[in-house]
Amino acid sequence: MQGKFTDNLGKVYGVYTLGFLGFFAIMAIFEQLGASARLIGVMFLLFTIAIYALIGWLSRTTQVEEYYVAGREVPALYNGMATAADWMSGASFVALAGGIYFGGYPYLGFVVGWTGGYVLVNSLMAPYLRKFGCYTVPDFIGTRYGGNTARFCAVVILVVASFTYVTAQINATGTIAARALGIPFEVGVWFGIAGILVCSMLGGMRGVTWTQVAQYIVLIIAYLVPVIWMSNVQGFGLIPQFGYGDAVQRIAELETTLGVGTAPTESFPGLKALTTLHNSPQGGYDSWRFFTLALCMMAGTASLPHILMRYFTTPSVRAARRSVGWSLLFIFLLYFTAPALATLTKLQLLDPQLATSIIGKSIADVNNLEWIKNWDAVGMLKVTDGNGDGILQINEFFMRSGIVVLATPEIAGLPYVISGLVAAGGMAAAMSTADGLLLAIANALSHDLYYKIIDPKADTKKRLMAARALLVLIGVAGALVASLKLTGILGAVAWAFCFACSGLFFPLVLGVWWKRANRQGAIAGMVLGFLSGALYLIYIQNGGGQIAGLDGLRFGIIGMPVSLIAMVVVSLMTPEPSKEIQDMVDQTRLPGGKTVLEGVK
Amino acid sequence: MSDENAQGALRHWEKTRTLTIIVLVVWVVFAFIVPWNAKALNGMSFMGFPLGYYFCVQGSLAIFVALIWIQNWRQDQIDDELGVEE
Repeated sequence: MQGKFTDNLGKVYGVYTLGFLGFFAIMAIFEQLGASARLIGVMFLLFTIAIYALIGWLSRTTQVEEYYVAGREVPALYNGMATAADWMSGASFVALAGGIYFGGYPYLGFVVGWTGGYVLVNSLMAPYLRKFGCYTVPDFIGTRYGGNTARFCAVVILVVASFTYVTAQINATGTIAARALGIPFEVGVWFGIAGILVCSMLGGMRGVTWTQVAQYIVLIIAYLVPVIWMSNVQGFGLIPQFGYGDAVQRIAELETTLGVGTAPTESFPGLKALTTLHNSPQGGYDSWRFFTLALCMMAGTASLPHILMRYFTTPSVRAARRSVGWSLLFIFLLYFTAPALATLTKLQLLDPQLATSIIGKSIADVNNLEWIKNWDAVGMLKVTDGNGDGILQINEFFMRSGIVVLATPEIAGLPYVISGLVAAGGMAAAMSTADGLLLAIANALSHDLYYKIIDPKADTKKRLMAARALLVLIGVAGALVASLKLTGILGAVAWAFCFACSGLFFPLVLGVWWKRANRQGAIAGMVLGFLSGALYLIYIQNGGGQIAGLDGLRFGIIGMPVSLIAMVVVSLMTPEPSKEIQDMVDQTRLPGGKTVLEGVK
Repeated sequence: MSDENAQGALRHWEKTRTLTIIVLVVWVVFAFIVPWNAKALNGMSFMGFPLGYYFCVQGSLAIFVALIWIQNWRQDQIDDELGVEE
């Protein structure tokens, strides 16, 4: 191959994609030849993880610029893919469709929130942070506002938000590995973290970027293929995303006849019965719940460092903007599919006219279904006969929300090779996000805390050694916390967004958009915003009554206004920033020329 | 920075700011106002979907994608026009 790696990206990833599809075909043939489902699942996981590890090893580097920002040579399209993988977590892949299945209208706040946030990223943040030329998000805060205190506050918020998030991802890798490899969850978690660290430790951002591109390709194929296949097998149309309106209406009819909404008489930890209507917005309070959730998720998107730092890696400001456009397009592909999947899977289980339906069938027959047996064995679903009539009622079928994605191929009667593909996709989604998060944390600690605050004289070798040591340390800490199984995958994810938007949203936005914002204001904004949000979460977690319907998923609604008001009031009460800082802001706003940090040096 | 450059930078920022405000207004409409009124919109139907539901699962998302691409196209024009491109 001629020329630099980045000149041949199309060829490299084209071959890779064909190779993956070829592997898929070989597995399908293996299945026909009688290979067991277990073996195929194991092959899928090991093959894909081996490839990521290979990419991670090939991307190893000893250059600081490559380790922190991938040498700033990632083209917009590929950075879009990497961001999409970075963004779509185990939660998006495994739990989003399940959440829509169980949550109805209020849950759709996540769908709108996790896409609309990119409008904020593009218009308020990404191009300006790229122009600034920082290595990390606290690097921007520390330089724009000046002083170690502001930098330190940003590091703390980053660590809390990202660590909350990463434990959820490691948890997801553990769940998938446990299921596919047939090992205990606690072992699966360590298996997952080992795979994650191999991708990021040697090459830093460079390694993570090129593995994330590979992981995006796997995860999007793994998400779309089963849904489209299922839709064609079950007669829901060629491209299900555009034609499931009738299914939505049909579910509304069935919900009345099947009595969706009747509370179950039993309960099983971690499992849920369907009680919320699929599409039934009530207006008023319901709209308020939607709005508050969507707002927290959007502002959180625009404040989460592992996303923002992806836009530091493009060659130019214009490429940074363009890559936000690509990112959202690639994310959209999954997000507009998840509701279709949730709707069609629900219809398959509920509609007595379909062969796949289980509600209204005899309990004995349902218990004999292969997929019910499989998932019951790993404790992810439960069929009971609460009223003792021998017939399965809607409130007698319990499952974990992740099953909607993981078991769809089996419910629809697709070959097991599809389930193997889905497992590989879920693993790719969780690993890529975990990689981005771990790197965001380790980089902030090594660059901002160690290099900028503790030891500014450290040489390159020492800095990179510290960065790698911290990466392993945080990964292991994350795995330890994940193995405690503290909360469901989605709860922890929403917390991360709320922590990030409470503490970082306004200091970041106003750093570019309000020249008058100064150090004292930014510190007040970060500290008070973050603390008020965090204290409200602690209050809610300890059984405190909700204020205005704000639960633990929405505490950013408390943190953000506090942060804004504190920042504006304190900034105005203290002297305006120096001429140099104000010029720096002017430079940040202009796309042309050197990065701001190069100008400072 | 010469006076002419400073003038250009000022005009560039004014135009950028106006564009950003327009984008954020469209964003507010489809991120918040439309989903808020999903109940009323569900009375109408679009491609077989209840309209309010459609926006929450697809319509608003597609508009966000288009919005970013249109904003970037316009921002590139502004940058080129005022000679501040890279």
